[in-house]
This record gives sequence, C-alpha cells and structure tokens, in this order.
Amino acid sequence: MMLTLARKHGGLMALAILIIFNILVTPNFLQLQTLFVNISQVATIAIVAIGITLVIATGGIDLSVGAVMALAGAIAPLIFLSEFGQSYPVIGLILAFTVPLIVAVVCGAFNGLLISQLKIQPIIATLILFISGRGIAQVLTNGNLQTFSNPYFSYIGTGKVLGLPFQGWLAIILAIIVYLMMTRTVFGRQILAVGGNETAAQLSGIPVRRVKTRVYMICAFLAGIAGLVVVAINSASDAAKNGNLMELDAIAAAVVGGTLLQGGKAPIFGAILGAVIIQLVKYTLLANGIEDEVALIAKALIIVLAVYIQNPHKG
Amino acid sequence: MHPLIQMNRITKSFSGVIALNEAALEITPGEVHALIGQNGAGKSTLIKILTGVYTKDGGDVTIDNQQLTITGPRDAQKHGIATIYQELNLVPLRTVTENIVLGYEPRGFGGLIDWKAAHKKSREILNSFGLNIDVTQALGSYSTAIQQLVAIARAVSLNAKLVIMDEPTSSLDDKEVDMLFGVVRSLKATGVSVLYVSHFLDELFAICDRVTIMRDGQTVDVKTIAESTKLELIASMLGRDAAEIEAAGSTELGGGENTLGEVLFEAENLSTSQHLHASSLSVRRGEIVGLGGLLGSGRTETGRAIFGMDRLKHGNMTFKGAAFNPTKARDSINLGIGFLTEDRKIEGIIPDMSVRENLTLAILPSLTVNGQIDRKKEKEIVQYYVDALGIKIAHMDQPIKELSGGNQQKVLLARWLAIKPDFLILDEPTRGVDVGAKFEIQAIIREYVDSGGGLLLISSEFDELVEGADRIVVMQDGKSVTELKNPGITEQTLVKAIAHSHDTPQTAPEAA
Amino acid sequence: MFNESSFDLRKYLGNNSNTLGVWLAFGLLVLFGVMRYENFGGAYNISSFLNYNAMFIIIALGMCFVIMTGGIDLSVGSVAAFSSVIAAYLSPYGLLIALPGGILAGMTFGAINAFLITGMRIPPFIATLSTMLGAKGGALVISDAQTVSVDWDSNFTQLGMDKIYNILPWTMLIVIIVAIAFWIVLQYTQIGRTVLAVGGSEDASKLMGLKVTRAKVFVYVVSGGCAGLAGVFLASGFGAGQPLEGIGWELTAIASVVVGGTLLTGGVGSIFATVAGALVLGLVFNMLNFENGLGTINLSAYWQMVIRGLFLLLVILLQARVSMRYSK
Repeated sequence: MMLTLARKHGGLMALAILIIFNILVTPNFLQLQTLFVNISQVATIAIVAIGITLVIATGGIDLSVGAVMALAGAIAPLIFLSEFGQSYPVIGLILAFTVPLIVAVVCGAFNGLLISQLKIQPIIATLILFISGRGIAQVLTNGNLQTFSNPYFSYIGTGKVLGLPFQGWLAIILAIIVYLMMTRTVFGRQILAVGGNETAAQLSGIPVRRVKTRVYMICAFLAGIAGLVVVAINSASDAAKNGNLMELDAIAAAVVGGTLLQGGKAPIFGAILGAVIIQLVKYTLLANGIEDEVALIAKALIIVLAVYIQNPHKG
Repeated sequence: MHPLIQMNRITKSFSGVIALNEAALEITPGEVHALIGQNGAGKSTLIKILTGVYTKDGGDVTIDNQQLTITGPRDAQKHGIATIYQELNLVPLRTVTENIVLGYEPRGFGGLIDWKAAHKKSREILNSFGLNIDVTQALGSYSTAIQQLVAIARAVSLNAKLVIMDEPTSSLDDKEVDMLFGVVRSLKATGVSVLYVSHFLDELFAICDRVTIMRDGQTVDVKTIAESTKLELIASMLGRDAAEIEAAGSTELGGGENTLGEVLFEAENLSTSQHLHASSLSVRRGEIVGLGGLLGSGRTETGRAIFGMDRLKHGNMTFKGAAFNPTKARDSINLGIGFLTEDRKIEGIIPDMSVRENLTLAILPSLTVNGQIDRKKEKEIVQYYVDALGIKIAHMDQPIKELSGGNQQKVLLARWLAIKPDFLILDEPTRGVDVGAKFEIQAIIREYVDSGGGLLLISSEFDELVEGADRIVVMQDGKSVTELKNPGITEQTLVKAIAHSHDTPQTAPEAA
Repeated sequence: MFNESSFDLRKYLGNNSNTLGVWLAFGLLVLFGVMRYENFGGAYNISSFLNYNAMFIIIALGMCFVIMTGGIDLSVGSVAAFSSVIAAYLSPYGLLIALPGGILAGMTFGAINAFLITGMRIPPFIATLSTMLGAKGGALVISDAQTVSVDWDSNFTQLGMDKIYNILPWTMLIVIIVAIAFWIVLQYTQIGRTVLAVGGSEDASKLMGLKVTRAKVFVYVVSGGCAGLAGVFLASGFGAGQPLEGIGWELTAIASVVVGGTLLTGGVGSIFATVAGALVLGLVFNMLNFENGLGTINLSAYWQMVIRGLFLLLVILLQARVSMRYSK
C-alpha cells in the first residue's frame, strides 16, 4: 500500500519535503540568487530529461546524451571563433546555433538506425557514441578549453527574461512543446503505442521503425541544445566536462518523474519535476557543507529507489 | 501394479478465473498415456502443476504411492519427472553433451567436470536412440528433430520415470516422427512412462495406450486407445454428441440476410516459413468463410500470411481483382483489410492506453490534420462504436486494461471496423469472452457481413462455424484440404470432415 | 563413429576460429610493429606495455563473465579507482594485506551490484551505473578528493613496478594465472557452465533446474573483485591511489570482450579470446604512439576514444550480421 502511494505521489511529496527541509535548515535558501543558480543548473538536466523520457517511452535508452552535449558544445565556439565567424558575426552566430544541432540530430539518426534497422539493443547502440562522441569533440578542439566572450551567444545561458534565467524559460517552453506533441499529435500517440505494445502497434499499421528513429533524433537534438546552454553559461566549452554523467542525471530525472523503464509512458512534466528534485537534492547537500562526492552517492541511492518503486514486481 | 502418477480433484484458479475444476490424471508405469483437449481445456495447467511450475489450489498428487507437492522444476526432476517443452527448454548455443548433463555433470579429478565421461554418457544415450552425432558441437547446429531427441536424452540421463512430451512432433517430418516413436517405444520398454500431449490424433493411435480427454478444466473421459475411434475422441474433446447438438445453444451468427457479391479475395497455395504449406481459399463480398481444423492446422498462419505479417515463400493472392502482396500490416490496412489477432493481450491491446486511443489506433492517419489529431472527430468515432457495439466503459479515457475481456475484445473489434474494411480476418473473436458479450460480438459480425463486407472467420467454436459460415475450409498440417458448403453443414459433418482429413493423405476435393 | 579422443584439426580450427582469429590479429600487429618501429620489441616497451595493460585485461576478464550471462557492469572503472585508494591506505601493511584488501573492496561493490540486480530486480545497466556513481563518490570521500600516496617503504610497490627477468611484470604474471583459473572455472565447474547457459537462455536454464541466481551473483562479485585487483595494480604501479581514475575503463573492457568474440547478448565467450582482444586494443594504441613518434601521423590522445568507439561499432555490426543468421 505504501508502495502504491509512493508510486503515485512520490514525486510531489519528495519535492515538498525537500523544499520544507531547505527552508528550515539551509541558510539563504529563500534568496533570489539561490533560485537563479538552481534554475540555471536544473534547466540543462530538464531539457535532456525531456528527450530521454521520449526514448524510454519507446522502450529504449540513450546513453550518448552527454557525449552529444559535449560535441554540440564544442562545435559552436569553433564556428563563431573561427576566422569566418569573426568576419561575418551574424552568419557566424546563426551557424553556431544551427550546425551543432544538425550534428546532434545526425548522431540521433545514427543511434536510431542502429536500433530500428539493425535491431541492436539500445544500450549497446548508444554506447558507441557514449564512447566516441566526447572523443570526437576533443579531437575537434584538440582538447583545448575554448573560452570566449560573445554576449549574443552567452545570452542563452546567462540572459534573463522577466527576471528569471533564459534557460529556465527555454526548458519550460520545450516541455510545453513536447507535451503538446505527445498529447495532440499522431506522432505522440505512436510513440506511446510502440512502447506500450510494439507488436500491437506494428499490427495496427504504425511505422514502428520510423517512430523509433525519430525519437532518438529528437533526444539528441535536445541534448544538443543543452550542450549549447552549458557552454553559454560558462562562456567556455570544455569538451571533457560538458555533459559529464548527464545521462545518469537525465535517466534519474525521468524515472523519478514517473517514466517506466519498459516504455509506454512519457510524463513530460514529471521529467521536469524529477530534474528539480535531483537538483534540489544536490543543492541541499552542497549548501549544507556536504561534499560533491557524497552527492554522487545520494544520487545513486535515489535512482535505485526510484526504479525499485516504479517497477511492478514479478511475483 | 500401482499407478506411477495419480492426480485427483485438482483445482486451480488464476485471479478468479477457474482453470482446473477437479481435474484428474492417472498414469501407470511403462505406459504411453495421451492427454488431449482444445485450447483452454487445462492441459498445460495440469502439467505445470505436476512439474511444479504452478501450485495447485486443491486436490492431491501422488507419485509412486507418495503423496506430495512439487515445489519447482528441480524438485520435479528429483522425483523423476522430466518435461520436453514445445519451445524446447534447451540452450542452443551450448553443446549437445552440455544440454544433456547440465546441472548434473559427472565429476572427476578434484571435483572438476569430467568431460570425457560426459561425452561418453551422452553418446551412449543417443546411440540407444539410434542417433550417431558429434556430441561436442553446438546444439543449435542440429535440426529441431535432433534437438528434441537430445531433450529426451536429458530426461533419460536424469533417470526420469515419467517423460512429459508437449506437442513433440509439431516441427518434425515423417521420418523424424518415426525416429521419435522408436525412442518412445524404447522408453516404454525400459519401464519409463510417457505423457504424450498432441493434437495429431493419428499419432495417438500409433503409439499411445490410453488417453485422457480434458475439456473446460475438467477430465471428461479416460479411454483405452484400442477401444476408441477418432470420431469419439474429437466428439469428447468438443463435448458434442447427437443429443447435445440438438439442444445446444445456438450462436448469433446464423440467419443472415447476406447476398453474396463478387469475389473479393483469393489465395492460392500460400506457404510461409511458419508452418504454412499450401493454403488456398477465396472470399466473396457478404460472405463468411470459416477456417476449421484442430490446433496447429495452420489457420492463424493463413490469416497472418494474408495480412502481410509473415512473408510468403510461395503462393499468390489477389484482392479486388488486383495482385496483392503486402509486406507489412499498413499495406493491408490501406487497402481495407483488417486482422483481429488471436491473443489480445500479446498482440492486441496497449494496456496502459485508454479505450479511445486503443480504438482509434489503426485509423490514426485519417484522424490527422497537419500532424495533429482531430480530437472532436476522434471522440465522435469512438462514441459511435461504443454505442453501436455496446462497450461497457466508465468513460472513453479509461485505461483499457481495466475492462473485462469481452469489452476489450469489442474495443479491438471496433478498431478494425473503424477502418471501414472490405475484408476482415477474425481469429477467435469470441475467445475468453463471457457468454453475453459473445452473443453481442457475434451479432456485430453478422451485421458487418450483411452490409457487404467479406469475412474470414477462424474459430475453434464449431457452432460459430456451422451456423455462421457460408463455406468452411478445413485445414490440416498447414494445408487446406477440403471445403464444406452451407446450407447443409452440421456439427457432425464438420467434425467428420476434420477427423476424416486426419485419416487419409491429402488431395483436396471440393465437397459439393 | 565419432571419436573425440583423436585430434581433428579441421574441427578444432572451426570451433575456435574466433579465438585464433584474434590471436592471429595480435600476432600480425606485433610483427608489423617490430618491423616498423625501433624499440618496439625492446624489453622496455614490452614490459611497460604489459604492465599498463594488465589492469585492463583483468577488468576485461571480469566483464567477460558478466557479459556471458547477458548482463553488463558499468561500475568497474569507479570500483577500480575506489580499490586503488583502499589499497594505498593499506599499503603500509604490505602486499599481504593490501592486495586482498583491494580485491575485497571490489567484491563488496560486486555484491552490491548482485543484490540490486537479483534481489531488487533492477536492470543491470541502471544498477551498475548507480554503483558506478556510488563508488566514485565513495572514492572521493575516503580520499578527500586527493590522490593517496602509497607507503614506499613497504613491499607494496613491488607488485606494480617490478619485473621478472626484466621483461615480465608481476602484474602480468598474476593476469596469466587469473586467466587460467577463470578458464578452468568456465570449462570445468558447474557454476561456469551455468553462467554460459544463463546467457544462452535464462528461461531454459530455470526450467532445467539450474541455479541461475547463484550464477548471476557469482559473475558480478567476480567482476567487482577483478576491478578491485585492477585498482591494486593501479596504486602499486603508479605509486598512488587515484580516486578520479577509471573513467572509461568499463568501455575499454566491453570493447575487449566484444573484440574477443563474446556475444553481447551472452551465452558464448572465451577467456583467452578476451585476453587477446584486450591485447589487440592495447597494441593498437601502443602502435599509434609509435606512429605519432615517427611523425607520419599526428593523432592527439583524444583519438583514443574515437578509435575505441569505431572498433566497438565494427564488431557490433559484425555480430549483428552473425546473430541475424542464427535466428531463423
């Protein structure tokens, strides 16, 4: 009984507990600056979590999101810092946004094709980019940290709209768009059908392979956006660090938010909630003097707990 | 001589649904005992209780005069019960020897496995079956027939007293079946009993001593093979006898007002890699063509081949006069063909999705405007079918898994009716459905046909075929063997046709 | 009449074509390297190559067991790092304490993995991803996020830095012994055969009455232990326990196992082929270094990950082709 209660409202309950705990215990929690920092960090997790929720909804998984972030984040400065980019700043900027995202989508298509056409297990298929994606980024930048000062680009990471960080709004808007897609469009219905019962979906004429490929492309696209945001926040692109361990954060956010690992459910706002919870846990530990390292352990425990609660047990 | 196995008054339910209702089974040592019954009769449940996969709710099991409860596969093995499952429970990637000795490997120096002894033992057992193969090669490199014999060899090596064979010959050719029979006879000669589960009645007469017939979770009869006929066995399986047929409940499939239109669909000698060898039939507008036959005769496989789910090895099809070659479901759907599959849980419903979403799953393209779903139109269509088919739901957004079996089936039927098909293939449309819903579904089918659709009806319920079909194509072993025409078909004639087809090697006459 | 006692060359080649193929590749690479690069065949290069790769081979061996059951262990890198710190702390007490200590630390994480996977039924990749995080965090916590120097006075560093006859590092000797032991377990013990059966078909194994859970627990504990041993090698060879090392090690291990011919879906595998696979991968990088030195190419170290990924892709594609042929 406790388990069903936790399953249905666990997310909100956890959120409530965390907020109350922080108000009581953590110094300066209710300050605006704290809010900004948290929104800033949560936004990137949330954006990737949305994409991974879609992938998991089809019954798959994507381990390459962190690598795609690094790749996208490495390409952008390369463009607007290049000679071409300096001479034609406007075009350079536009390309700096579009090219990385195109590359990201290509990565997603790569994953999607391996999985849908060659029927390779999603873990294995996405493992390839997991291994080599970051390497490609580092090759492109020769391992160098790229620092820059480009206020237009950095806006997506440091700008404020109505007083709150831009990326927070971005995350919410993306969530709304994807949510509408899931609930209003045929594609959304097809995604849930493929994850809910692939055979039944196939028999009802749903183009299963196409749906799967597209879902990985969307996930990679969102990861690409997140990668750009991270670079913008730091005004620097570090291919070694960008998106590091993001896949775990994103999966954790999705699972905490109610996504079932076997597919068939895509709670988009749940993923946002999950990201917020994970971020709050991180922040709670950090702000109360507990080291980063312990936060890692805490995250591991949360993931295990969330998966355990979510998954119906075979008798 | 006391019986080896005695199962008395066994009861078992799953979530309130009764699977076994005081079933019984008795096997004597050195006997080849057949167990027959239609789908859902309870055979596999009874066997799983004997082998410890399920625990019984009531009744008792006695093995070798000892009353006990089997706790699991290893426990069953300990008591001398070995099972050869239909989907062989062997590991194809491992060698023949390993599959025989796995879990019970002979030990040698220092407690390590003595492969030499293991290979020797497995070779010996296989030789006693008349099989001379390289036991060090992977099991998967051998044919299914040989793999089956290896499974039996495992049973023998574990000193089984009872070997349960579940549909052992479904993938074997005649020569291989003979080899299997030889092995069964040698087992019998050494005092090992065999529980033989098969729907191929000929085999029973070739090799079995007695037969237990199950129906609706009960044991309805135990006969000596020598004293029965095929007709009697089939009649017993189906619960038919002359008196019953007269008084039996009718279906809602009869009394149609259909007029037969032009030929809608034709299939010639369809053959797939899924045990379909030569299936031929034709369906007209407004006509119900039934596919009759026992389990494994190739009825579902015919449906799958027509719909495009399985690739055709040979044969051709025409639909509405044009050549028809679907490679996937969508091809058929686009042309106006629908297929209600046999197992709604595995292939039909999307359990977490709502009734509305399940119902409209196949017509999504027509509900789409600019990629978005026209919610209003969707609701209208769903409401229409909910009303027309009498689907009992709390509201259309209810998850379909909460519905009763009958209502789920109606939703799936609506899914296919919604594509406005010219040709429908229904595979066991009233299976697992309560009586009331059964009649309602049958009435819906009748209405569809009366308004001009063509229907291929696959059903194990003989009364549905007899009363509803204009023609019945009888199948056996993946081939269509004979055709019966209504009016004039009775349960008796249908049963006879099926039994008869088991008697003679097949040329396919058209019954006038 | 089949007589398995006589040696049939053709059959032997057919059954072991995979292992032989990888060793052949290794041999060819060595030959190429010796001819092309000065000092390639020298004692220094050989011993440092073997010493460095010993860690990866050990982890690959543990990973091989896990993959043979159809599972995966993504925690090995972090567990190795954790164990290296433990070993460094225990180094003052000498090898006799520090070596088992490190291995035990690894086995503990292996046991955690086993519990998560068999007890809580959490899918292996999530369970081991979580353990990876936990081990990483744990390593940083106990080391205060710094490398931990070993005690140079004890005999601890002898393991990682000494060689026999100046060419065979002790670490490599241990690897050879472990590989042989693993091979014996796989070939000649019931649990070894159960591991292979479970990967081949878990359902069939259960129906056959095999002790499936025991086999699964076994492989994850073994994998953890191997990671622990690798951690000890790390600490001993570099003179310090390093909490931040181990990133990407699981991927190298998986790649080695896959290159060695073990199917990722489980059920088939070879210990010696895995060793060969790890050696081939290591050799490719060793040779790239030499090639860089020659100046004909200029590959930064970052190409390593890309090449590993390409290797994995190639082998996966080949395996996909093979498994499509296997299934009907």
